[in-house]
Amino acid sequence: MAVVSRGFGARRRESDPRLPPGQYLTEDFPVLSAGPTPRIDLDQWRFAIRSETGSQVSWTWDEFQALPIEDVDTDIHCVTRWSKLGTSWRGVSLDTLLESVESEAEYAMAHSYGGYTTNIPLDELRDGQAWVAFEFDGEPLDPEHGGPARLLVPHLYFWKSAKWVRGLTLMDDDEPGFWEQNGYNMHGDPWTEERYW
Amino acid sequence: MTVGGWQPARVVEAVGATPSARLLHLQVPGWPGNEAGQHVDIRLTAEDGYQAVRSYSIGSYGPGETIELAVDEIPDGEVSPYLVRDVLPGDELEVKGPLGGYFVWRPGGAAPVQLIAGGSGIVPLMAMVRAATDAGAAASVRLLYSVRTPEDAIYRDELERTATDGGVGLTWRYTRAAPDGWTGHVGRVDDDVLRAAVWEPGREPIFFVCGPTGFVEHVADALVGLGYPSARIRTERFGGG
Repeated sequence: MAVVSRGFGARRRESDPRLPPGQYLTEDFPVLSAGPTPRIDLDQWRFAIRSETGSQVSWTWDEFQALPIEDVDTDIHCVTRWSKLGTSWRGVSLDTLLESVESEAEYAMAHSYGGYTTNIPLDELRDGQAWVAFEFDGEPLDPEHGGPARLLVPHLYFWKSAKWVRGLTLMDDDEPGFWEQNGYNMHGDPWTEERYW
Repeated sequence: MTVGGWQPARVVEAVGATPSARLLHLQVPGWPGNEAGQHVDIRLTAEDGYQAVRSYSIGSYGPGETIELAVDEIPDGEVSPYLVRDVLPGDELEVKGPLGGYFVWRPGGAAPVQLIAGGSGIVPLMAMVRAATDAGAAASVRLLYSVRTPEDAIYRDELERTATDGGVGLTWRYTRAAPDGWTGHVGRVDDDVLRAAVWEPGREPIFFVCGPTGFVEHVADALVGLGYPSARIRTERFGGG
C-alpha cells in the first residue's frame, strides 16, 4: 500500500496507455550521457561487428549509406522516467547488418566512440527490433543525441540505444556494459521496470 | 549496489533556499546511507492512487537516516511545484535509493577535483564539497558555480563559509546580474573563465560537471578544447520533462 502524499495531484499530467509504468511524457528531447560529447568525422567513421570467433566485418560511412535504409516511427523510454512518443528515425536494421556475420553468439556488447558500452541479448537486436540510426526527425542526428549514428533499440530503456556507436562485439556469455556496471539492469525492459539491479 | 523497494519517508524540514528552490530534509527509516553524488527516486501518490516519480540528486552524504534534497521548481512541472510550494514538515512520501554508481566522489584519490555547477546542478556537487571538507581534502577541490544572479545560488552561505582558509576553492560566475561591488564580468562560462578557475591541465584534475543540458554540453566541450581528456570529465545533465 503506497503512502499517500497530502495534497499531491493538483498538477497531474494526463496519462497515456503508450506510457510504460513510472514514465512521464516529454515533448523536448533530454540529453543524458556520462561525459563530453564526442565529435566524429564521417570520413573517419566506421561501424564494425566482431563475432565470438574474432572475425570482423566493417562499413565506412559511404558503404553504410548504400545499405537498405528504413524509416522507423517509435516511442522511446529513458530510465530517468521520461518517454517521448511518436519519434521518427532513419537507419539500417540490425537484421541487415547481422546478415554479414556468422555467429552462434547470444549476446552483444555495443561499443561507442568515447568509450561507452552497453550489453544487449542478440534476440533483442533481431527481427525488426533494432537499427543503427543516423537521422532524427528528418535531419542528420545531432552529436549530443549520438550523431553521426547511434543504436536504436526502442523496446528497451534508452541507455541500451548506445550513442556514437562504432560497433558490436558478439559474445557467448552476457557481460555488463557501462551503466550495467554502475547500477542499471542487465536487460532493461521499460514495461516491467527493469531499471536497477 | 542493490536497490530495494519503495521506502516511506517523512519530511522533517522544508526551508526556502532561493526564490524558486527549497531544501527538504527527509527522514527515511532504514536508509543505508549514500555516497556523495548519488540520487534518489521520489514517488508521490495522490489520494485516488495516481502516482508520479522523479529523480533528485542528494545534497547530503554518508550514514544516517536523514537525507537532504534541494528541489528547484520547474515552471509547469508536475512534481517540483508540489515539493517546492506545498509539502510541509510531517508530510509523507516514498523514496527508492540510493541510486547511481558513476557520478560519485570518494575521498582518497590523488588527483585534484574540479567541480563545475550550473544552477541547481550544485546539489550533487555540494555533497562532494561536504564530503571533501569532512575528509580534510577540501584544499584539493575547486568549485566553479554559475548562477543567473546571486539570489539564485543554492547553498550560498555554506559555500562561502566552506571556502575560507584551506577550504574548497570557490569561483562564482554570474550570467545575468552580479552582486553589488562585483568587479568581474557577467556572462556565461567561457574559455577565459575556465582557464582562470580550473586546475591547470598538468595537475590532471578529475571533473564533475552538473547542470542544465546546454550548460553541461558547453562546459564539457570547452574543457575538451582546452586539452583536458574526455575520460576525466564526468557529466550529469538535467532538463526537459
